[in-house]
Amino acid sequence: MSDILDIRNLHARTAEREILKGLNLTLRKGEVHALMGPNGAGKSTLAYVLMGHPAYEVTEGEVIFKGQNILELDPEERAHLGLFLAFQYPVAVPGVTVANFLRAALNAKRRAQNPDDPGISVLEFRKLLTEKMRLLGLSPDFAGRYLNDGFSGGEKKKTEVLQMAVLDPEFAILDETDSGLDIDALRAVAHGINALRGPERGFLIITHYKRILDHIRPDYVHILVDGRIVASGGPELADQLEAEGYKRWVQDVEPLASAA
Amino acid sequence: MTTQDVALLRDLEEYRYGWKSPETYVYKAPKGLSEEVVRQISAFKGEPEWMLDFRLRAYRHFIQRPMPNWGPDLSDLNFDDIVYYVKPAERAGRSWDEVPEDIKRTFERLGIPEAEQKFLAGVGAQYESEMVYHRVKEELESKGVIFKSIEDGLRDHPDLFRQYFGKVVPIEDNKFAALNSAVWSGGSFVYVPPGVKVEQPLQAYFRLNVANIGQFERTLIIIDEGAEAHYVEGCTAPLYSTDSLHTGVIEIIVKRGARFRYTTIQNWSTNVYNLVTQRALVYGDATMEWVDANIGSKVTMKYPSCYLLEPGAHGEILSMAFAKDGQVIDNGGKVIHIAADTTSKIVSKSVSKGTGRASYRGLVRVQRGAKRARSNVVCDALLIDEHSRSDTYPYMEIEEPDVTIGHEASVSKVGEEQLFYLRSRGLSEEEATTMIVAGFIEPLVRELPMEYAVELNRLVQLEMEGSIG
Repeated sequence: MSDILDIRNLHARTAEREILKGLNLTLRKGEVHALMGPNGAGKSTLAYVLMGHPAYEVTEGEVIFKGQNILELDPEERAHLGLFLAFQYPVAVPGVTVANFLRAALNAKRRAQNPDDPGISVLEFRKLLTEKMRLLGLSPDFAGRYLNDGFSGGEKKKTEVLQMAVLDPEFAILDETDSGLDIDALRAVAHGINALRGPERGFLIITHYKRILDHIRPDYVHILVDGRIVASGGPELADQLEAEGYKRWVQDVEPLASAA
Repeated sequence: MTTQDVALLRDLEEYRYGWKSPETYVYKAPKGLSEEVVRQISAFKGEPEWMLDFRLRAYRHFIQRPMPNWGPDLSDLNFDDIVYYVKPAERAGRSWDEVPEDIKRTFERLGIPEAEQKFLAGVGAQYESEMVYHRVKEELESKGVIFKSIEDGLRDHPDLFRQYFGKVVPIEDNKFAALNSAVWSGGSFVYVPPGVKVEQPLQAYFRLNVANIGQFERTLIIIDEGAEAHYVEGCTAPLYSTDSLHTGVIEIIVKRGARFRYTTIQNWSTNVYNLVTQRALVYGDATMEWVDANIGSKVTMKYPSCYLLEPGAHGEILSMAFAKDGQVIDNGGKVIHIAADTTSKIVSKSVSKGTGRASYRGLVRVQRGAKRARSNVVCDALLIDEHSRSDTYPYMEIEEPDVTIGHEASVSKVGEEQLFYLRSRGLSEEEATTMIVAGFIEPLVRELPMEYAVELNRLVQLEMEGSIG
């Protein structure tokens, strides 16, 4: 069962309004799922709720991973279990270097799994970090820069993927990791993500555009409209969306939405 | 070593405080201050007549000078309940072997042996009110560098001493400078001859060890023309049952073309009033830097200052304050631009936690005629929770129109988005908050010698422990 992240009838809201209205989705390790949808459909909300952002209240449903409902866990406990969220808007932490931050995060995870873990040695960590930075085409001095502080859009997104590569999660949610990237940065980021694909990891790629899916071929595509998944299919669904737009799906659900 | 290594190292050693060694003293003055006590102190030290006169003048000024009424509340400070002089051993130890065992243990826990291994330069350590252990590297001596206790400085270099002592911070400067001038004991005397560059930091450790002992160290540092040096003073104090007073005076002269940095890490226990006057006179094309980290104390008032006396003089003050429950840390800096083409920079980082209050109070004064003076002031405050408070008092007195003055201030809170981001990577809320605080003070920490950076980061970590409910 630890190979499945199962989202069941998920309802979530902010103080103002309900955003997720009964979302069901099953992710398996080894699979890449793409989640597409128009603005305001609830894509980022889903990402935040899965990771435990305090601004959202879950009103119904559960998310089962490794035999437990992770919605009852703190964000750090979800991270320790093997969940990872690549943020759409990564937050700057001035004065904290990428290397220091990542080493602390890695050690926190290792200690959660084994309280006696002495943590990764400085040398070993440097080796690991250098290797992963090379994968993303980041220069060595990047490790000494302050986390997201003054980073370009491309650097921020690369840093998210770098963190994923170092923390080695079992399920990764990528929230619009392609937004704001030029073609070269997109390639580098996609290359990094593809390198992390494998039977031991599942992906949920949240995106507006098909563009990133040309680089990262998904196994499944889902369309999210107004807090529910309205269609699922193979990669061809993304092509159909590209050709027709969201209009058809949005119209389909409108009567339901107004009835609710 | 880079700053990142420093932070990586910070969990390597366990830091302890709150211990103290048994009291063994040769002489301890009665509580309270009188002309008689002042005379006794001077007599014990075998001082020349002019110093006794200086002390007595200072005592009289102290008595009639009112308490300052513009800063933190000092009304609980009782001058009659303080011991003004303690002599812990017969004389200053010349070698390690002569240092008494319990004092050695104190030093051991402070990490001095390691420091000695790493820094063969002189270790001047103050135990109670006197230097007991003081060694200067032979190499420094051969270059003509003087680094000794202030008492030895007065005895061995009377002319040099008298030329500068009390000239940077006069008796009348403020009530606490007057008090220090009356009862001073312990501290360092440093002289670096023209053109001599001292590579290793000169270090002194200060530690209070007995309840109700006022510590009144006095330091006089002269950096002659074209010379360079760095002086580091780190303080850790055990806990006390009653209030304690620390009133130091630091006088520094940086002559033409010289560079000097004075670094302090202050961690007084939370019952100590820490009221310090630190001032530097900076001459032509010379640079003076104060790096000042304040973590402990009940009340701290400390505004390191630079008087830029000749063209090309540059002064920098980089300060950090961390105030937790019940603490008031009022600090910042003061720069007086007296000559043309002088430049200065003040950077202040204040962290307030719980009911703690860390504030910036600073003055930039440009006198008429100090044309093309440039000054930049940046003060940032970080509030850890809803009750914390920080105030900013940035005074500017500009008498010269042809100047460039910048001032930026920011107040930030440890934000929900920052915390969530860090927690989503596996850090607990406490670890995340600590990391944000450590990052906030990093611009200061990176300026410290490595051991001190490690210690400061560790102290901040300790301060943050158990802070998340």
